[in-house]
Amino acid sequence: MMSDSLNDPRLGFRGWLLTDTPTSRFHARCVAFYSGWLKFRSNTMAMVGLMILILLVLIAAFAPWIAPHDPLAQDLAGRLKPPLSEGHLLGTDSLGRDILSRLIYGSRITLYIVTLVALIAPIVGLLVGTVAGYAGGIVDAVLMRLTDIFLAFPRLVLALAFVAALGAGIENAVLAISITAWPPYARLARAETLTIRNSDYIAAIRLQGAGPMRIITKHIWPLCISSLIVRVTLDMAGVILTAAGLGFLGLGAQPPSPEWGAMVAEGRRFILDHWWVATMPGLAIFIVSLAFNLLGDGLRDVLDPKDAG
Amino acid sequence: MSRLAFRDLCVWFGEGEDRVDAVKNATFEVPSGASFGLVGESGSGKSTILRALMGLVPNWSGEMVVGERKLGEKRDRAFYKEVQMVFQDPYASLHPRHSVDQVLSEVLKLHGFSDIDRRVNALLADVGLGPSYRFRYPHQLSGGQRQRVAIARALAPEPSVLLLDEPTSALDVSVQAEVLNLLTDLREEHGLTYLMVSHDLAVIAHMCEATAVMQNGEIVEMLSVEEMRAMRAEHPYTRHLLESASGYNPNAEQRA
Amino acid sequence: MSEKPLLDIEDLTVTFPTRQGDFQAVRGISFTLGRERLGIVGESGSGKSMTGRAILRLIRPPGRVEAGKLELEGTDLLKLSEREMQKIRGQRISMVMQDPKFSLNPVMRIGDQIMEIYRFHTGAGKRAAYEKAIEMLEAVSIRDPERVMRAYPHEMSGGMGQRIMIAMMMVTEPDILIADEPTSALDVSVQTQVLSIMDRLVRERGMGLIFISHDLNLVASFCDRVLIMYAGKIVEVCDADRLHEARHPYTRGLLGSLPRLDEPRHHLEVLKRDPAWLDAPSVSGRQ
Repeated sequence: MMSDSLNDPRLGFRGWLLTDTPTSRFHARCVAFYSGWLKFRSNTMAMVGLMILILLVLIAAFAPWIAPHDPLAQDLAGRLKPPLSEGHLLGTDSLGRDILSRLIYGSRITLYIVTLVALIAPIVGLLVGTVAGYAGGIVDAVLMRLTDIFLAFPRLVLALAFVAALGAGIENAVLAISITAWPPYARLARAETLTIRNSDYIAAIRLQGAGPMRIITKHIWPLCISSLIVRVTLDMAGVILTAAGLGFLGLGAQPPSPEWGAMVAEGRRFILDHWWVATMPGLAIFIVSLAFNLLGDGLRDVLDPKDAG
Repeated sequence: MSRLAFRDLCVWFGEGEDRVDAVKNATFEVPSGASFGLVGESGSGKSTILRALMGLVPNWSGEMVVGERKLGEKRDRAFYKEVQMVFQDPYASLHPRHSVDQVLSEVLKLHGFSDIDRRVNALLADVGLGPSYRFRYPHQLSGGQRQRVAIARALAPEPSVLLLDEPTSALDVSVQAEVLNLLTDLREEHGLTYLMVSHDLAVIAHMCEATAVMQNGEIVEMLSVEEMRAMRAEHPYTRHLLESASGYNPNAEQRA
Repeated sequence: MSEKPLLDIEDLTVTFPTRQGDFQAVRGISFTLGRERLGIVGESGSGKSMTGRAILRLIRPPGRVEAGKLELEGTDLLKLSEREMQKIRGQRISMVMQDPKFSLNPVMRIGDQIMEIYRFHTGAGKRAAYEKAIEMLEAVSIRDPERVMRAYPHEMSGGMGQRIMIAMMMVTEPDILIADEPTSALDVSVQTQVLSIMDRLVRERGMGLIFISHDLNLVASFCDRVLIMYAGKIVEVCDADRLHEARHPYTRGLLGSLPRLDEPRHHLEVLKRDPAWLDAPSVSGRQ
């Protein structure tokens, strides 16, 4: 190896993170993580995406301190003010509410939806996909046909049906989106499992007497998760848009909640005369979706098991 | 006393029209402490015999005996504690996201050992890797080092029989020499019985006391190491194998 | 050899930029190729395959090929445009790779693939191309060329596939054939056939052959002259039939690490790598 000299103590913490000869389990993890980070950092666009998302999290966390106005406070005298007007950087909407403040508070809702969907959908998909792929036979057939049924409906229509059945609201919107979002993950996880299942390292651990539970959770999941994470970040844009779509149709967040999709829907009525009311939340959706896509691309380079090894 | 015995072993894949017979009526025995080779080209069924013994193929008939025990449909953990296998391709047989430490300690845990920390270091020392390799990931290891880790994993349950499926065919010759030497030493130290598959007669002659030559799923000839070295073979296919072991011979083609 | 060489290479370097700085896969090697069978042996990472690819300028950017001289019968290959280079590839210099599965187009009939190459390089008509393809398949000992012409690559065994590859590479009657581990994916019985076909083509057509392999015994018995490569340099040049008398410790080490049928040993020799080999200048393989 060319980098044996990296053990040199003079290199300090960085040397510790770059060594080829880690001395403990924890150390090995740090080294693996740091080399992934170095690879990610070299991708400028992915870093931009990450920065935007960190900014979004900060904005959501400190919303009450950042927002110049109460997002729900109406001011009918000052309604539909254009951007850059006195005290309202992005203007006001039809009820005179400050659009910037509403966007800032809306980031909380967006993050809430994104986080919940990103937790529920891939986990369900991972469970269904890996079990189907590893078990094969009748289990595989049943689980995959079930997946096909979900896939056969257009996503928004299915989500609409669920929200209609469960009642409108953010929680139900999240549930509906998750229910419609897991089948692609199940497909992906199953496809990965099918190739991993026949590899020598799975045969090797089977030859040590390991059972299917251990093989799926300890040997197959770690390899599927990375491609799922990449897929999730790339899908997040779609999730935000679906959430916005549900909000737009009045089935997601309910007024006066400052959800971005609902804001676009409200602004629709004035789009010709007062373009900013719909455009500003639209821009916010666009920027965050783009950030997730950039992040996903960067993560794909780092996490792809095919070359990271 | 024989350690491994195969009687009329048949292995096939598919059913009905699609049935392919991978191994046909293979019968041979491996004495305790011996090293036995299986030679043949790809598709001759040599690796399939190993996989059948390890319980990795669904359809087989005949008899496989390990020690006193006749093998049935399922293999239990006691079997895997006794018989272990090293795979051909060290680039494919290690989990890409598990460090050497994870690989070895998991196997030790599965077999119920308690002093895992000490044993991991002992295993690494056994296969000639220092403790500095313990927390590395496969992508930080060369092919030869990976194969050493795979051998350490196979040795972890302290088996008495090691199945070697072309353990050096993916390695450079200088690394092959190191791994073969390691296998020679390990066999002496641990009193192991080897069943080794290879397409390279020179490797088999170096490692094994006797070998079965396979072609199209059948054992066509049994040879002792002396017969191999003296190039005494009856079957034309074996003779061809022996000749090509020493390089290209322009006159060999007509006889093939 | 008084004859002018087919290929004249001086100070060939292949460089790949990496995050840790430039990595040189081939480090300034020089050799010539006449109408002979020239073997290049080495272990993985020795730069032997890169040498073959560099001659055909098949190194993808950011990899760089540099040379003091890279001449095919007086033509400087490094000065040619990519279009002109395409003409050279296949027509003047052909290459056979290790695994025919990856080199044949799976959705095209074998006959069409051979004919396409022939017509691309010669501009011949369909009829002539067909006859030429049949002739080439016969030349590589394929018994039923008409049937093979109509077949798809997946219907062929490994040995057949490799022979078809050779037929395809030879159809334009190139001056030089570069064979990169052409037989290591094949079983011994087929290996001999493929080698004897290449042997015959070299002898009958006066071609130059660069035979890249890791198998010392094979190269010693098959080639005329051998270059031994280590870490991107040529460490030794010798006549193939005298390979077993080689003097460089690396070559000696490689030979010693091979198990031999005629010389039983308890332990094989283990190659001890001397760091000085890395800095030693490359030996010239020019004649």
